[in-house]
Amino acid sequence: MSSVSPDPPATQAPIKSWTVKVREAGVAALPPEKLLPDGQPTYVASWIYMFGVASIAALIVIIGSGSILSLKGPAWWHYTGVGHFFNSIHLWSVELFFFAMVVHLWGKYWMASWRGGRSRVWMTGAVTFLVAVPCALTGYVSQQNFDAQWISTQAKDSMNSVGVGSFFNLTNFGQMYSYHVLLLPIAVVALVSAHVLLVRKHGVAPPFEFEQRIADLTPAPGSGGDGSGAASDRASA
Amino acid sequence: MSSAAVIGAIVNLNHPAHTVDWSFIHLSVANVVVIGLMLVVFALAVVLPFPGASRRRGGSR
Repeated sequence: MSSVSPDPPATQAPIKSWTVKVREAGVAALPPEKLLPDGQPTYVASWIYMFGVASIAALIVIIGSGSILSLKGPAWWHYTGVGHFFNSIHLWSVELFFFAMVVHLWGKYWMASWRGGRSRVWMTGAVTFLVAVPCALTGYVSQQNFDAQWISTQAKDSMNSVGVGSFFNLTNFGQMYSYHVLLLPIAVVALVSAHVLLVRKHGVAPPFEFEQRIADLTPAPGSGGDGSGAASDRASA
Repeated sequence: MSSAAVIGAIVNLNHPAHTVDWSFIHLSVANVVVIGLMLVVFALAVVLPFPGASRRRGGSR
C-alpha cells in the first residue's frame, strides 16, 4: 500500500521571483494582441503615417551596410568597387533615414501626437532625432579621408565653444569611430525600440476630428452604453 | 575633370559649393534642395489619398 503525502497548506501565497514579476508586468503593459496587432485603426490608412516605418526600414539598411563596412575596413570602402557601393548604400540610407524622420516629426508635431498620455512616445522620438545627429556626425569624421579631416577640424570649434571638446574630441579618430559604430548606434536602437513599444502600448495618435468623434460616441458614465464606438472603427491590416 | 567622372556624375560637382546667404542663415544649395523636397513630400503625404483608404473606412462601418 502506497502512502500519499499531504498537500501543502493552501493558505501560503506562492513566492514570486523577479522573473515572474517582470513577466507579469510586461504582459500587463503589453499583452500579445497589443504587441503584435493584426489590425490598425482606419485613420492610419494615410501617407503621413508611413514615414515612421520608412525611418525604421532605412535604419535597418544603415545597420546592415554599416556592419559590412566595419568588417571590411577603410581600404575596402575607399579603393574597391563593391566597397564604394556599400559606402554609398550606407550614406544614402542615412539620408533617407533623416529625410523620413524629419517628415515623420513634422507630421506628428502638427498632429500634436503627445495627446492622450503619449508624452513618452513623443519624447523618445524627439530624443532619437537628437541622438541620431551626433551618430551621423561621427560617421562623417570616421571616413578616413580629407573630407573627414575637414569636417572634424571645422566641427571641433563648435564642441570647444560649448565646453565639451575635451570629452568629445572630433579629431580623435578612435574615439569618434567607437561612438559611431558602438555607443551611439546602441542608443539609437534602444530609443527606437522604446519608441515602438510605447506606440504599441498607447496606440497610434488619432486625428483631431476622430478624437472628437470618439468623445461624441462615448456614453456618459451611468448611461448604460458599452462604449464600443471606437472599437468598431478598426479594420484588419 | 575626366570624361568618366563627367559621365558618372548626374550633376557636375567639380566646383566649390553654391550657398544661399540670408542674414545669419548660410545654407548650401544641396541642403536647400533637400529641405524643399521634404516640404513637398510632406504636403503630398497630407493631400494625396492612400490606396484603399475610402474602402476601408466605408467597409468597417
